[in-house]
Amino acid sequence: MSLTDKPELAIKAQQLSRNFGDLKAIQKLDLEVEKRRIYGFLGPNGCGKTTAIRMLTGLLKPSAGSINVLGLQLPQDAEKLRLKIGYMTQKFSLYDDLTIKENLKFLAKIYGLHGKKQQLRISELLDIYGLDSKANQLAGSMSGGQRQRLALAGAVLHKPELLFLDEPTSAVDPENRREFWEQLFDLCDQGTTILVSTHYMDEAERCHKLAILESGIKRADGSPDELMANMHAHVIEVVSNDIRTLKKHLIALPEIVSAAQLGARLRVLVAKKVSKPIEFLQQLPFSKSIIELAQVRPSLEDVFVTCTGEGRQ
Amino acid sequence: MNSFLRIQAIFFKELMQLKRDRMTFGMVIMIPLIQLMLFGFAINTNIRHVPVGLVDQSQSGLSRVLVQTIGATQVVNFTQHYLSIREAQAAISAGEVHAVLVIPNDVSQRLVRHQSVGLGSPPASDEETSRPIAQWLVDSSDTMIASAIKGLRNMPLAELLHKPTNRSPPTFEVTLFYNPEQRTVVNIVPGLVAVILTMTMIMFTSAAIVRERERGNLEMLITTPVRSFELMLGKIIPYVFIGLVQMSIILGLGYVIFSVPVNGSLLQLGAATMLFIAASLVLGLVISTIAKNQLQSMQMTIFVLLPSILLSGFMFPYEGMPLAAQYIAEALPATHFMRLIRGIVLRDVDVFNMRFDLYWLFIFTIAGLTIASLRFKKNLD
Repeated sequence: MSLTDKPELAIKAQQLSRNFGDLKAIQKLDLEVEKRRIYGFLGPNGCGKTTAIRMLTGLLKPSAGSINVLGLQLPQDAEKLRLKIGYMTQKFSLYDDLTIKENLKFLAKIYGLHGKKQQLRISELLDIYGLDSKANQLAGSMSGGQRQRLALAGAVLHKPELLFLDEPTSAVDPENRREFWEQLFDLCDQGTTILVSTHYMDEAERCHKLAILESGIKRADGSPDELMANMHAHVIEVVSNDIRTLKKHLIALPEIVSAAQLGARLRVLVAKKVSKPIEFLQQLPFSKSIIELAQVRPSLEDVFVTCTGEGRQ
Repeated sequence: MNSFLRIQAIFFKELMQLKRDRMTFGMVIMIPLIQLMLFGFAINTNIRHVPVGLVDQSQSGLSRVLVQTIGATQVVNFTQHYLSIREAQAAISAGEVHAVLVIPNDVSQRLVRHQSVGLGSPPASDEETSRPIAQWLVDSSDTMIASAIKGLRNMPLAELLHKPTNRSPPTFEVTLFYNPEQRTVVNIVPGLVAVILTMTMIMFTSAAIVRERERGNLEMLITTPVRSFELMLGKIIPYVFIGLVQMSIILGLGYVIFSVPVNGSLLQLGAATMLFIAASLVLGLVISTIAKNQLQSMQMTIFVLLPSILLSGFMFPYEGMPLAAQYIAEALPATHFMRLIRGIVLRDVDVFNMRFDLYWLFIFTIAGLTIASLRFKKNLD
């Protein structure tokens, strides 16, 4: 792939919609996921992340729109796609009453691996994901982090080109989460495309690109840096001796997108149409309590708040 | 090749899970064992020792001898004595006794005029001589008990009168094949194979797919290349072996404990049983694709199980049921297998003389497997 070429796409979805009765779970979603990248779906619970992933894996039929995954049309070619993708479900979906090794052996056979190849692949996975010492332990008796690693090992057993992870770290402590992401970057480095859904900002920030979803609608997409650069608000941190009152006054103003307290400081998002946000805040009638003001670099959480704000009002 | 590997993967997984589930594993052995003992000893259609009461209005030597003669038949047991008919009726309604014998105070006059005394048959119009000597009041809500007591209606009285028994030839000669001693257990043992297999086979498989769905394993399975029929087949095969083990337990113990021999060919017995196991398992799979959770699948299993016990001919003869019920019974695999296994085990029949039942089980299996595979879609819509 030369630099001038258009990047190869692993997923291309156009005008994708899915309804459950009256509920519009996904509305007109356009999606382009480049190969060998980690793409994130960021959104609150119930925003349609799981529905979108299920459609992209061929588990759900879309109500409208077209999907092309790894050159295959969905849902027609869903069965052919199975060998090329791995899917790690939100809930642990391997067998609790089988041991780690038995679970992996079961999956290996399902994917047509047998004999020497099977043994090699399983011991390789046990090694990569640090499960050797627990190989004969029942999956149901393991900790959240170990189960997560087993689930990932199961999902990549057949070396899929494309990996779907649905909120993979929701039951995992921060330490294990870091390790888990290291493993994702390793996989990505080896050429796997990864689509991961999350509601953690720090995780979303690790993705090459991400889409912010809310109530089934894509509010924004791009790399974390692009998203922060193109944000429709200035971020001002205010130090005040009466934060609660200040906040109450501020959020009543139309120019203020949001105001969130962080300990002794108030993080205020001022709409982009205000060209000089610091002066704007200082000239406000109730600004007497303000001790200090500073414009700071936006975070992904600020992006998220500005993008999804309209839906909540 | 890959398809075989996938079926094998699911087969071993089921075996592993079954092995770890000690309770279920134990029930596989204990259900046939305990139920065979229970029903083998308990169910008896030859009614004896029915508790009955007595209202003796004559209080004579004759009435006492009469009561002893009736008691000697062992059909009834005189357990209570009542002073009045009113008291006796209250006892019947309270369930103390199932019947009461009322001996009138003129029992001796009635007896001397009775035909069995030897004065020849009197004309039926003669009120004086055609009167019975005593009366039974029976709680006839249980028809089997009622007919046992009705059997006493024409009890010979010759012995009572110290006269030689009338040895006149009966109208018909009856020769009893296959169960000359009329032991109920002979019919129960092979029938129990059908009932227990219906229960365990349908129950195990009806929970099979539902359990995967409930525990979230199905979402993972359907993203893999495993095909519906591979999943179905892999889940069924372990239970075929379990079914054969259960059949062997019942028939083996039936022979050792209740001396019910297997007269027919073991090969044909095995083949017919396999066919029935397949039909039951497939029925369980169909249930499994309909039910949303394990409770629902259990309810549907019971829905099939009850008619399989009551209509299949296990408890009551098929021929005694009205036509509509016979049609329903005909739809159940248990009815066909009940005929087959009783035929093979008791009557040494060549199963090819019972082709209809074999074909029916076969068609049921194929149709069920098709329905189950079609119903089990590999998506979450």
